[in-house]
Amino acid sequence: MNDVTIKIIPAPTTVKAGAGAQSTAGPNGDAILRKLTISVLRYNPQEPSVAPHMQSYHLEEAVGMTLFIALNEIREKQDPSLQFDFVCRAGICGSCAMVINGRPTLACRTLTKNLGTEITLAPLPFFELIGDLSVNTGKWMRGMSERLRGWLHMKDPNPDLKRMEERMDPEVAEKIYELDRCIECGCCVAACGTARMRKDFVGAVGMNRVARFRLDPRDTRSDQDYYDVIGDDDGIFGCMSLLACDDVCPKDLPLATQIAFMRRKMVKMAWAK
Amino acid sequence: MKIVYTDVLVIGGGLAGLRLAIGAKRRGHEALILSLVPPKRSHSAAAQGGMQASLANVIKGQGDNEDVHFEDTVRGSDWGADQKVVRMFVNTAPKAVRELAAWGVPWSRVRKGDRQVVINGQKVTITERDAAQGLIAQRDFGGTKKWRTCYVSDGTGHAMLQTMSDQAIGAAIPVHERTEAIALIHDAGRCYGAIVRNLITGELVAYVAKATAIASGGAGRVYRVTSNAVICEGIGSALALETGIATLGNMEAVQFHPTTIFPAGILVTEGCRGDGGLLKDVDGHRFMPDYEPEKKELASRDVVSRRMEEHIAKGKGAKNRFGEHLWLDITLLGEQHIKHSLREVYEICNYFLGVDPVKDWIPVRPAQHYTMGGVRTNHTGESPTLKGLFAAGEASCWDMHGFNRLGGNSVAETVVAGMIVSEYIADFCDRIENDIDIPTSLVHEFLRREQAKVDTLLGGHGTEDASAIKARMQDVMTAKVGIFRRGADLQAAVDELQQLLVKSRNIGLHDRSRGANPELVTAYRVQKMLKVALCIAYGALTRTESRGAHYRQDFPRRDDVEWLKRTLAFWKGEGDTLPSLAWEALDIGAMELPPGWRGYGAKDYIDNPETPKRAAEIADLKTKMNGASRFALQQALMPYDELLPASFRGRNERIDEPLEATP
Repeated sequence: MNDVTIKIIPAPTTVKAGAGAQSTAGPNGDAILRKLTISVLRYNPQEPSVAPHMQSYHLEEAVGMTLFIALNEIREKQDPSLQFDFVCRAGICGSCAMVINGRPTLACRTLTKNLGTEITLAPLPFFELIGDLSVNTGKWMRGMSERLRGWLHMKDPNPDLKRMEERMDPEVAEKIYELDRCIECGCCVAACGTARMRKDFVGAVGMNRVARFRLDPRDTRSDQDYYDVIGDDDGIFGCMSLLACDDVCPKDLPLATQIAFMRRKMVKMAWAK
Repeated sequence: MKIVYTDVLVIGGGLAGLRLAIGAKRRGHEALILSLVPPKRSHSAAAQGGMQASLANVIKGQGDNEDVHFEDTVRGSDWGADQKVVRMFVNTAPKAVRELAAWGVPWSRVRKGDRQVVINGQKVTITERDAAQGLIAQRDFGGTKKWRTCYVSDGTGHAMLQTMSDQAIGAAIPVHERTEAIALIHDAGRCYGAIVRNLITGELVAYVAKATAIASGGAGRVYRVTSNAVICEGIGSALALETGIATLGNMEAVQFHPTTIFPAGILVTEGCRGDGGLLKDVDGHRFMPDYEPEKKELASRDVVSRRMEEHIAKGKGAKNRFGEHLWLDITLLGEQHIKHSLREVYEICNYFLGVDPVKDWIPVRPAQHYTMGGVRTNHTGESPTLKGLFAAGEASCWDMHGFNRLGGNSVAETVVAGMIVSEYIADFCDRIENDIDIPTSLVHEFLRREQAKVDTLLGGHGTEDASAIKARMQDVMTAKVGIFRRGADLQAAVDELQQLLVKSRNIGLHDRSRGANPELVTAYRVQKMLKVALCIAYGALTRTESRGAHYRQDFPRRDDVEWLKRTLAFWKGEGDTLPSLAWEALDIGAMELPPGWRGYGAKDYIDNPETPKRAAEIADLKTKMNGASRFALQQALMPYDELLPASFRGRNERIDEPLEATP
């Protein structure tokens, strides 16, 4: 045991950690707390008699306030009928994507201090509206997965589980995970120009799925199989390369690169026909 | 009246529920999943660090096997676990990881040759074997003797859930998203399905099934400060409890995770410490070795969380405007490692704290994290009291975690239990005598009863505020049923929770719409959550000892004479305000590993006179069988093989333990 030495090792941020505790731990620094106005685009399809409208809520900002905290406070104290979706509230499940000041992103990890005092919230466009800020991304994602056959097609559906696993190049595994990090939040589709025009467009999320399986040596499918599901204008050839998907992806997935790569591969398939 | 029929009704679309449904479907039974949210958004996705399975591929895992995993798990549980179930689990875990590897999980893989790691605050070079190249890698985690935790960067749960959910889609398993079971249909000790509310339209529908399985996760949200997702409200457990027939086991066993960011309670993985991160106090002093010289930061979670709170109580916490906390320092791991293997941690610190963990320390404090208790089942996953009701994963008390779960054993349990229990569900559905013939009048009665409850809330004249009751419940649980527990506080908690339960029967709503209505949802859920909270608080009050995560300051010793038993909670009458408790003894005479010191934490406990007898028996047997294989010895000590479904029996191959060429 030589734990005594621990004290001697210079911790790079000891000074900051001790003296600057307030600023490092309180995400809001020492800013003066503001009065916020949150305007929400409201509509409940179950009550079609009430037309879509903006409704404003006023509340006091708190230190470290996220839109998760703010919206829950509004619902608890001001308006119990306000609909929105949160699950993990940690930026990993993709439930809470909405249009915040005109830009689709995750609400749970959006700190109010990074926004002005007037905040405008709207549901993601394109997806079926459930009510207010809640949209049915789950239904669309399932449909997309079914169309693209978005699951690994195994060589042997009943491998001998007593035996050692098949080996995989560590770098390939990392590359697959890189694309597997998608949380299906729907931001890429909500920001997509093609999706505005083509209701069956598979979106960056769909093309990224296909790219992920194509990269995976465990999947038995060929480019022909992938061409069959994305080789048309609702798939890879519908993309106009506006690349808003790449800009808004909350997980920073390399969507532009993946779409370009898949298009090259699929064009090759088209010429081969 | 709308009735949906299926063979297997699975409540919950996380890892356990998905694997249950896939298993049942593979055996030819129709399975249908109910889920509050799209399955890929389930709380399983939040498991960051990894899944324990004794593959022994990395050099620091060499020598690992089922025996070592078994001992770690039983010690972690503070001898509260069912040791036969632990054996079933550790033998199936490697098969589960390998199955997931075949199904698509991009497990992080071993690179042969030298690599630098941080162990005990020091940079060390280790050399991976050529034979391990490309096999699944393992990292270190708390409470384990070997590096055993298989991982996908720090998005393990996410990657597992993606694959599992994809395979469920591939198997054409229907998932009814945004639906919520609000009551189980049962008669004469047999479960027949559930009454289900559509969260979009508000419609109630009856789902009738041969077998019903609860896989709805934990109950973290009965606490104010928790790492759990907002959907983890213990409703599945409450449904079982409300039958008055099924029981909940060990609800007082609640785990607090050492490192959640302060004050938001968002988890940063145990992998931070497993990979070499250190806990530091206000002075920048690494304090864990002072308390736990053996395992330091990597003692079990209950022990580390208690030591942290103890250290804060000594005035060693750092302070910010929200209160006191400690620091997690991962700067020594380096930018490359943090941005690749701890990437979610990097994002969480960045977005929620404005902290760059490559350079800065992370403010952390323990928060509620895991519900060891749940629907009590036997080894097949079925309720011993309510036929046709099964449970798996965090919602269950199977019971492999006892009073403290090891990191990496929860996602492992979801999949392993999903595999094993689905086979038993399929066996159950195969038996002709389990076909059901309930009259629709019975189904209708349940539907009418539940509709009446909803109507009362919507049309009644109640005056209590649902959100206020929920918030008060959460505050009481966090303040009085937390890491350190005392009789007086627990009694006060039980008293107040009972008052809140009475109040919750008089809730009035502002919003009376029948469709999507968040206030209505809070109203009916809080009535159920309070029952679960009461099982926790009352169980904790009654258990006058300290075991695992249940720590009584007024009874600080583990008491194997009085308390080597599992708490069972029943809810007998609908108007009751307290559960009825019963206890199920654990048989030392049948244990493979009799109680002792865990290897970390308190060394002081009250020994049961049966313990030395059993220890002597075991020592004797070991002497007699000197030279026998570890398999033969294990078989002699505590046979369990026949408890596993035939398809999951058998040894696991390792680099150092090749299987014979012919089976």
